[in-house]
Amino acid sequence: MTERFVSRGFLGKHRAAAAANRVPPGQHAVDDFPVLSAGPTPRTDLEKWSFSLEGELAKPARWSWAEFLALPAQEFVVDIHCVTKWTKLDTRWKGVSVDTLLEQVELRPTARYLTAFSDGGYTTNLPLPDVVNGQAFIGYEYDGKPLAPEHGGPARLVVPHLYFWKSAKWVRGLRLMEKDKRGFWESLGYNNHGDPWKEERYTGD
Amino acid sequence: MEEPMDRVHENMLDGNAAAGILDEIFGGEMTASPTECEHCGREGELGSLLTFTQAPGLVLRCPACSEVMLRVVQTPDYTYLDVRGAVYLRLARR
Amino acid sequence: MKRLLEWQIAAVKSIREETYRTKTLTLSLPSWTAHRPGQHYDVRLTAPDGYQAQRSYSIASEPERTGEIDLTVEQLSDGEVSSYLHDVLVPGDRIEVRGPIGGYFVWEASLGGPLLLVAGGSGVVPLMSMVRHRRAAGATVATHLLYSSRTPEDVIYADELHELQAAGDGLRVIQTFTRAQPPNWTGYARRIDAAMLSEVAAPLGRKAQAFICGPTLLVEAAADGLVEAGLAPERIKTERFGPSGGTA
Repeated sequence: MTERFVSRGFLGKHRAAAAANRVPPGQHAVDDFPVLSAGPTPRTDLEKWSFSLEGELAKPARWSWAEFLALPAQEFVVDIHCVTKWTKLDTRWKGVSVDTLLEQVELRPTARYLTAFSDGGYTTNLPLPDVVNGQAFIGYEYDGKPLAPEHGGPARLVVPHLYFWKSAKWVRGLRLMEKDKRGFWESLGYNNHGDPWKEERYTGD
Repeated sequence: MEEPMDRVHENMLDGNAAAGILDEIFGGEMTASPTECEHCGREGELGSLLTFTQAPGLVLRCPACSEVMLRVVQTPDYTYLDVRGAVYLRLARR
Repeated sequence: MKRLLEWQIAAVKSIREETYRTKTLTLSLPSWTAHRPGQHYDVRLTAPDGYQAQRSYSIASEPERTGEIDLTVEQLSDGEVSSYLHDVLVPGDRIEVRGPIGGYFVWEASLGGPLLLVAGGSGVVPLMSMVRHRRAAGATVATHLLYSSRTPEDVIYADELHELQAAGDGLRVIQTFTRAQPPNWTGYARRIDAAMLSEVAAPLGRKAQAFICGPTLLVEAAADGLVEAGLAPERIKTERFGPSGGTA
């Protein structure tokens, strides 16, 4: 075939200087916080909002918004990496560690995977070892303010060491499972695990 | 969807925005073709669906019930297609 | 056998400044196909390292003009592609495009009317292709173009719209200015609303075919307003403006 066409004078936004060792391969750092969504933004009344842990547990657990805010919270400063190739450094969050939530329930030994589920029907799957030991939290404040609906508010899962589609917006609970089950993007060509440092973008990467 | 959606502030386009990718997949113009929502039964042209492009893939939803009708992901080597939310798609014979 | 949708390398024939925020690119196409007014082309930019950015732009010209197309592009504040098209591209450059694309938001003289066109800002571009085609084809179908702009400086194709209307072949252009109006302006000076739509649409009757193009806010308001005015939803076609790149 012919040689690849190159647009004269086009470099693309991705050429902005990368902060060397904190930006994974194929990513570029951005200053803004792009909004990505696969569907309309749910407007859930906080009076009706709840967060659930279900599945492979001795007993399921459920928190209302007020109860969730009363759980021990932490501040997190993390870098986030979206599979659409942007990375945002030093994002500042407040939320509840998944460890804190899991301390409140008794996991069955069969609990090995989980599905995060959201208002609007979005799901994403994770192995249990990827969300424990301080690796994941449910964030409800971003940069000192309540998390905006377009960024997943009132609360989203944040798993910063994996591509950001794993950080489900509008999250309403985690379902613990014995077997893995692919989520919204994982079932359509995206990598089941999604480690940005290994560039696990697509199925087979 | 349980909650009413605020269409005005959505990052959302019409099915026209999917015309190029659908043409590429099906080998012809698709947005004037009818389809039916598997969830609520609404029939209408693909061009009338709500289209989300600012995402890891392309998502087309029913304008009546907001459920997913069609999803497309393009990786460097493959196109993945999910049409479970559509009862049918109509392609012109050629 | 139908032509497959393929990328081709167009030559930039000329670039014209329409307003302080919009430019029209005239592209010569080695493989030109007559488009249907309302269709768009995809534009793809490629960096030396292989990085690509892709956007869709509506065709502004009429299909009666062969061998070339006009794309009118608004410069977006953070637009990776629109900034390139505005600030880097010059006549003589080559650019990768594919099209024409789309079959839903289209009107041709053979489809008849009456025609109600509603535009917000650069949403006038695909409707301009329809209006230009209407004229070139000698159609006299009753056509009302309701065009909302922020200020007189934002009006694209102002002189040409004036001339087209003056031809007296059944085209009426109704403008509204939402932020600043021309001196001695007696027309609409507010956002498009149900009352305005009903005034503009009423003379066309309920058989009118409506095309609405613009920002989401305007499109939703206009579509709701026309349904309220008694137009059947299947007679209303919309095209929302927004970032519409590929999925990569």
